Amino acid sequence: MPANPGTQNAPSIGTTAGPAERPNKTLLFVQSQAPHGTLYGQEGLDAIMMGSAFTECAVLFVGDGIYQLLANQDTSLLASRNYSVSYRALADYGVEKLYCTEADLQQRGLTVADLVVTPCVIDSRALQALMTSFDVILDF
Amino acid sequence: MRFTIVVQGGPYTSQASLSAWHFARAVVATGHEIYRVFFYHDGVYNGNSLLTPPQDETDLHMAWCTLGRDHGCELVVCIASALRRGMLDDGEARRYEKPLANLNKLFIVSGLGQLIDGAISADRTVTFGN
Repeated sequence: MPANPGTQNAPSIGTTAGPAERPNKTLLFVQSQAPHGTLYGQEGLDAIMMGSAFTECAVLFVGDGIYQLLANQDTSLLASRNYSVSYRALADYGVEKLYCTEADLQQRGLTVADLVVTPCVIDSRALQALMTSFDVILDF
Repeated sequence: MRFTIVVQGGPYTSQASLSAWHFARAVVATGHEIYRVFFYHDGVYNGNSLLTPPQDETDLHMAWCTLGRDHGCELVVCIASALRRGMLDDGEARRYEKPLANLNKLFIVSGLGQLIDGAISADRTVTFGN
């Protein structure tokens, strides 16, 4: 997925604000990969936590990315860290806006009751609006 | 316009690194500016000075070095991603008592804050590979 080329909220093309006048941009992190098979999810979560120290952040789970939120993961036989529990701490970092789509849940036989946190469930039209409402999209 | 380029794919493993490098060259060739290239995830392998591809293939590591040297592009590797994957500069090799350092000196080891700063400070952030 390419980065968001800009939104109506972004500075006009050609703007080069210096650090002193840095625009307070909003970040949308997109988690699109299942956990444990790759490190994208875990390292993406690290980036989300760092982002929360700078500016307003939200997280969108798409496709198999929603599996990262699955409750009761047992990774003991994988020798892999069960970082899903860290998503519960995101609210303490000020990241309270989590999103996923109804279709992604349905296709995987999941409901929000299966997840460690409760994301806002949106439809594809709202998804489009969500993605254009952020200044920057960082996908993992 | 100022760009931050995020590289998440390893060299020769996916198209991500090569595409990112082509994009970076196009940015400077068309008079725009690269605020930062941030190497995350397997992208940190682009800084490996031991990469030795066949002579008739693009040497991606040297390609990034040339871009950094000729255009002053800031090449930053995420320290957490780099250490985990055995990409160390002299300082980290000493700190962790490892036998050698393999990160080219044109690459800067720094934290994830550089990714977020890059995303906020640049006019556009473009991610390659995931």
